[in-house]
Amino acid sequence: MAKTLFEKVWQQHVVSENDDGSVLLYIDRQLVHEVTSPQAFEGLRIAGRKPWRVNASVATPDHNVPTTGLEHGITDPVAKTQVQALDSNCEEFGITEFKMGDKRQGIVHVVGPEQGLVLPGMTVVCGDSHTSTHGALAAIAMGIGTSEVEHVLATQTLIQKKPKVMRITVDGKLPQGITGKDVALYIIGEIGTAGGTGYAIEFAGSAVRQLSMEGRMSLCNMTIEAGARCGMVAVDDKTIDYVKGRPHAPTGDMWDKAESAWRDLRSDDDAVFDKEVHLNTADIEPQVTWGTSPEMVVPISASTPSLSDAKDEVQQEGWTRAFAYMDLKENTPMQAINIDKVFIGSCTNARIEDFRAAAAIAKGHQVADNVKLAMVVPGSGLVKAQAESEGLDKIFTDAGFEWRAPGCSMCLAMNADRLEAGERCASTSNRNFEGRQGAGGRTHLVSPAMAAAAAIKGHFVDIRNWNDQA
Amino acid sequence: MQAFTRLNGLVVPLDRANVDTDAIIPKQFLKSIKRTGYGPFLFDEWRYEDVGQPEMDCSNRPIRKDFVLNQPRYQGAEIMLARENFGCGSSREHAPWAIADYGISCVIAPSFADIFYNNCFKNGILPVVLKDEEMDVLFSETESHEGYKLDVDLEAQTVATPSGQVFTFEVDDFRKHCLFNGLDDIGLTLQQANHIKAYEGKRKQEAPWLFT
Repeated sequence: MAKTLFEKVWQQHVVSENDDGSVLLYIDRQLVHEVTSPQAFEGLRIAGRKPWRVNASVATPDHNVPTTGLEHGITDPVAKTQVQALDSNCEEFGITEFKMGDKRQGIVHVVGPEQGLVLPGMTVVCGDSHTSTHGALAAIAMGIGTSEVEHVLATQTLIQKKPKVMRITVDGKLPQGITGKDVALYIIGEIGTAGGTGYAIEFAGSAVRQLSMEGRMSLCNMTIEAGARCGMVAVDDKTIDYVKGRPHAPTGDMWDKAESAWRDLRSDDDAVFDKEVHLNTADIEPQVTWGTSPEMVVPISASTPSLSDAKDEVQQEGWTRAFAYMDLKENTPMQAINIDKVFIGSCTNARIEDFRAAAAIAKGHQVADNVKLAMVVPGSGLVKAQAESEGLDKIFTDAGFEWRAPGCSMCLAMNADRLEAGERCASTSNRNFEGRQGAGGRTHLVSPAMAAAAAIKGHFVDIRNWNDQA
Repeated sequence: MQAFTRLNGLVVPLDRANVDTDAIIPKQFLKSIKRTGYGPFLFDEWRYEDVGQPEMDCSNRPIRKDFVLNQPRYQGAEIMLARENFGCGSSREHAPWAIADYGISCVIAPSFADIFYNNCFKNGILPVVLKDEEMDVLFSETESHEGYKLDVDLEAQTVATPSGQVFTFEVDDFRKHCLFNGLDDIGLTLQQANHIKAYEGKRKQEAPWLFT
C-alpha cells in the first residue's frame, strides 16, 4: 500500500502498539538544553534511573547564554546555576555536551543538523517546540515537555498517538527576495496558528524543492507556529549533499547503505493524505507580522487589517487587543511603521545563508539613526566562524550592527538581550507573542533580508525594490 | 503524580483565544531548576502592573484589578475556561506546573495546542475539549452567576452545570487510565523493556548508522 513519508518513518519506529491505538515510539536522537532538562535529570535521580542509551542524547546550553562579554562568563546568577546544572547533569549521566566556549556550542536546532547528529529518517525530540526544524531532513522531529524528556532519557521511547498527515504543496518559481521564512509566514497566514493542530505536515511542491536546506529548516521550524508538532520535507539530492561529510554522518560502506535507505524517504506517488493544501508562489510577497500571533501577518505591500474583516467575534477581540498592545491602528501601511531595534538570529534564521542574505542588503549602508540597536546573533560557533571567514561580520559592524556570540538571545530574551517596554523590533525569530522579546516589547517577524533592510531604513521596506531604494 | 478523578470546583473564565505559554509563564521564571513555586507567577504580565522576577514576594505587588484571575469572585478557582488553541507556542512544561501550582486542575477549551495538552496529563491536570456552543453556555453562565461551579467527572467523561446540563468529552483510554490513577508512565513503559531491546536489536541490523 502506498505510504506517506511520515508513515514510512513512523512505522520504522513503532516498538509496540497499545489497545487504544497509541504506540510506543522509539526515539533515535534527543537534543538537550539547560532550560527544560534539569527537572528531568532530577526525576531520574529521585527514581534511581539511568539513561537507557546514553549516546542517543547530546546537549548544549543555548537559551541562557550571554552573547557578549563571554570572558566574564554568565553574570546572572540564576542563569548561571541552570547552565552549571546542565554541565553537572551531563557529566553525572555521561551525556556528550558542547559547553560554552566550545566552537560546536550554539542553538540546539542549528547544532543538531550541523554536526550530523540529526540524520534523515530519524525520530528526534527535544524539550523545545522548535524541534520541528529537523523535519527538513525528512526526520520526525517533535518538541516535548520535561516529563517526556525524562521518559525518553529513561526508556528511549515515547507513548504517542499517530497524528493525521497534511500535505502542503507550494508550487511555482520562488521569486527573488522570497525565503523559507516568507513561505512559512504565508502558510500560517493561510491556515492559521491552529490550522495544523493534530497533524504532521509534509511540505512539498516545486517551491519547497527550490529551497536550500537552510530554507527548509526555517520552514519546518515554524511548523509549530501553525499548530503542528512536526513538519517534514522529503529527501532529495540537497538533503544527501547536506548530510555528507558532517562529523556524525556515516562514512564508507555505512554511508552507501544509509544513502540508499534515505533515497526512499519520500511519499509514494499515490499516497493518500488526510488533508491537502495547495498554494502558489505567485501569491507570496515578503511577509511581515503586525500583531501578537504569527497568523496576524500581511504582505509588505499591504496595511494592517480592518477590524471589520475579522471572521468572528473572538478574532475581532484578539485583533483589538493586538492593535492596542502593538500601538498600531487599522489600515496602517506596513512600510510606514518605524522600528527601534533589529534582531537577526534564532533557530529560525541564524544559519550561514541567513547572514549572507542580510549582509548583501546591509553592505555599504548604515543603520538608521532611529534604530537604537541592530544585533546579529549566529546560531552556533561554527556558523560564526564561517561568517567571519567570509567577512560578513565586517560588513555588519561597518554598517553599525553588533556582531554577537551564538545563542537563542533576543528570540525569547532569557539572557540580557531584550526589548524594553514599548520598543518595536524587526525580528527574524518565530514568535511575536506579547512580552516574548521582553515585557511590553513589540515584535514584527520578518526574513533576515527584510530585517536588515528595516535596520538601514528605520522602517519596513519591500526588499524586492532594494536596488532602486538603496 | 496527583490523580484526577472528579472535581466540583469554582470556575474562572479566561475569555481569550490563542493563549500562549509565554503568557501563562513568562521566560524569566524558566531559569528555575525546580518543578514547584510557579503559581504566584501564573499569567504574570496580565496579573501584575510590574515585571515579575523569580522568587520575588508577590504579596505586595501592584495587581491589574481588571484581569479575571484578580477578581475577588474568582479567588480559589480550580477550573478555568478558555477559548481556542489554548497553550500554543513554547513546549515549556512550566506552563502546566504554574497552572497546577496555582490550584487549577482542569482547563476547559474548544481546542488545545498539542504539546500543552500532553503536558497537562503528566501533571494531574485534565484538559477538556468542548464544542464552541457548549463553551458559549459555560462562559455566559460563569459570568452571570457568582460562585459558579462545575462538576467534572473523568470516569464518566462529563462536565455538569449546576442547572443539570451535562456535556460529554473525549479522552484517550491510556491517558485517562494514567491520570485517573496518578500513574508514573515511565514505570509502565519500563515494563516493556524487553520489547524495546528487541526493537533495538532488529533496528541495529537494518540501520546501524543510527546507533554509532
